[in-house]
Amino acid sequence: MALQSPLEPKIRTFELNVYYGYKHALQDVTVDIYPNRVTAFIGPSGCGKSTFLRALNRMNELIPNARTSGRVEIDGINIYDPGIDVVQVRRRVGMVFQQSVPFPKSIYENVAFGLRLNGKLPKAELDELVEKSLRQAALWDEVKDRLHHSALELSGGQQQRLCIARAIAVNPEILLMDEPCSALDPISTAKIEELIEELKQNYTIVLVTHNIQQAARISDYTGFFYLGRLVEYNRTRELFTNPQKRETEDYITGRFG
Amino acid sequence: MEALIRLFAFSALAAIGLILLFIARETLGIVSAHDISRAATGTTALEVYGAEDDVAAEVYNPEVELPQRPSESVAEHLTPSANPSLVQNLLGTTWQPVSSQPKYGLLPLIVGSLKATLIALLFAVPIGILAAIYAAFFAPAWLRETIKPIVELLAGFPSVVIGFFCLMVVASATQNLLGTTFRLNALVAGIGLAIASLPIVFTITEDSFTNLPRQLWEAGLALGAQPWQVVAKILVPAATPGLFAAALLAFGRVFGETMIVLMASGNAPLLSWSPVEPVRTMAATIGAEMGEVVWGSLHYSILFLIGFLLFVVTFTLNIIAEFWIRQRLLRRFRGLTT
Repeated sequence: MALQSPLEPKIRTFELNVYYGYKHALQDVTVDIYPNRVTAFIGPSGCGKSTFLRALNRMNELIPNARTSGRVEIDGINIYDPGIDVVQVRRRVGMVFQQSVPFPKSIYENVAFGLRLNGKLPKAELDELVEKSLRQAALWDEVKDRLHHSALELSGGQQQRLCIARAIAVNPEILLMDEPCSALDPISTAKIEELIEELKQNYTIVLVTHNIQQAARISDYTGFFYLGRLVEYNRTRELFTNPQKRETEDYITGRFG
Repeated sequence: MEALIRLFAFSALAAIGLILLFIARETLGIVSAHDISRAATGTTALEVYGAEDDVAAEVYNPEVELPQRPSESVAEHLTPSANPSLVQNLLGTTWQPVSSQPKYGLLPLIVGSLKATLIALLFAVPIGILAAIYAAFFAPAWLRETIKPIVELLAGFPSVVIGFFCLMVVASATQNLLGTTFRLNALVAGIGLAIASLPIVFTITEDSFTNLPRQLWEAGLALGAQPWQVVAKILVPAATPGLFAAALLAFGRVFGETMIVLMASGNAPLLSWSPVEPVRTMAATIGAEMGEVVWGSLHYSILFLIGFLLFVVTFTLNIIAEFWIRQRLLRRFRGLTT
């Protein structure tokens, strides 16, 4: 669904379909996502919103029996073209998961992992990049004295911010977030939301959430998924104040979900 | 019903305890047999025995009833003059238990066991771990579902079949390939033991890989890592305690294996670290000699001592696996460096 916007879309999908075996999990999704904006996708469980998100960096390929058709263009290039290197796609499209999964290493090593993938960096440069990423993720002040402690010692909210730091360390253009706050307490959630607002200056953020209020609070665009279809997609304010479809209205007013 | 289950559980525990008790009791025969032999030698030999009295005092337990068997049979079997000191004898480098001057040197057997075990682990651990990595992370689903049962089937292979295979096939193949002097040697036995322990290494490492949270794999790939980078830098380090446990369990399995080494090792109790010379392992010694030994003799007790040593080694390994690996390595590999 194209909207009137002064911006050139960062991501465009055309008739994107995903099947898990015989299940048609995502049906004909065509949508434009704009750079330096937060785009949220909401919908009840099993509606396809996470599937959609995982199609944007080809993570669905890791699921056996998953099949994808259609196009996903990032800056005009279809990432499902046969000649495209999936590793390069994932470098440009970072991802934060619902459950924070720090690697069983130190805090420092977690952030440095992605930076080391392309070969050795000088220690000073590595230190600098780690610090920068942790600062961007608003975690530096809490961990600067224990960088070499296990990442598993951190609280849930800190772990999630560490995962964000890890994802932005490799300097992606797009950040996908799959219900990043659903396992967190309200205070941690507030911190992450604040962080998302800041990060959108540098990144294109696509957020999946089952929290309608969260979408309303922090996103610029919102899409509503229902039964594998993108029912409605609009500027957040318009979608929440003046939904065009019956299902959208029922969902955001809490009649089901 | 619950009581019945409990009964079975406790009878299993009791069986293990009783086996240990039995072995220990039979081993204690050494002390009594030795005591009697000293009495038989009379006072002239006391000077010679003096050195080992301290050691014997540690082992000796006055609460144990000493001569449980007719003393004649024990004394008969021991020619006191040939037995300068039992402990020295046990630490000797020659195992000739049935010569006119019996030599009970355990070193060749211990070295033999260690040698065969190390050779086996040198094959089984790398191959098993690499196979598990392939099966867990790289193989397509249908292949994984084929490999796993087949390798696990190997665990149920009778060791006599593996021994026979080594005796007939591996021995000839290695001799043709390496031109070894002895057809049966530590290498051949080690390969047989590797075949026997491969399923253990494979299954346990594969399990510890598949028990890792799936999200680690996804999170690594989502950062733009190549699959091998995720495996080498995240998943293998995260599963290290499991890998160590696999290696230790394989060690225990191989160390106590009898039939394969009995058939394929050449069974000569040589004290040597060369992999292409025949070896005699502790377990094979018990297997080969227990059937012919005089009941209640010193030789008989020493075979039980060997059994006791085998038990202690396996038991210690399990303790290590439990505490050291689980506590220390787990913490270390989670990045807790303080």
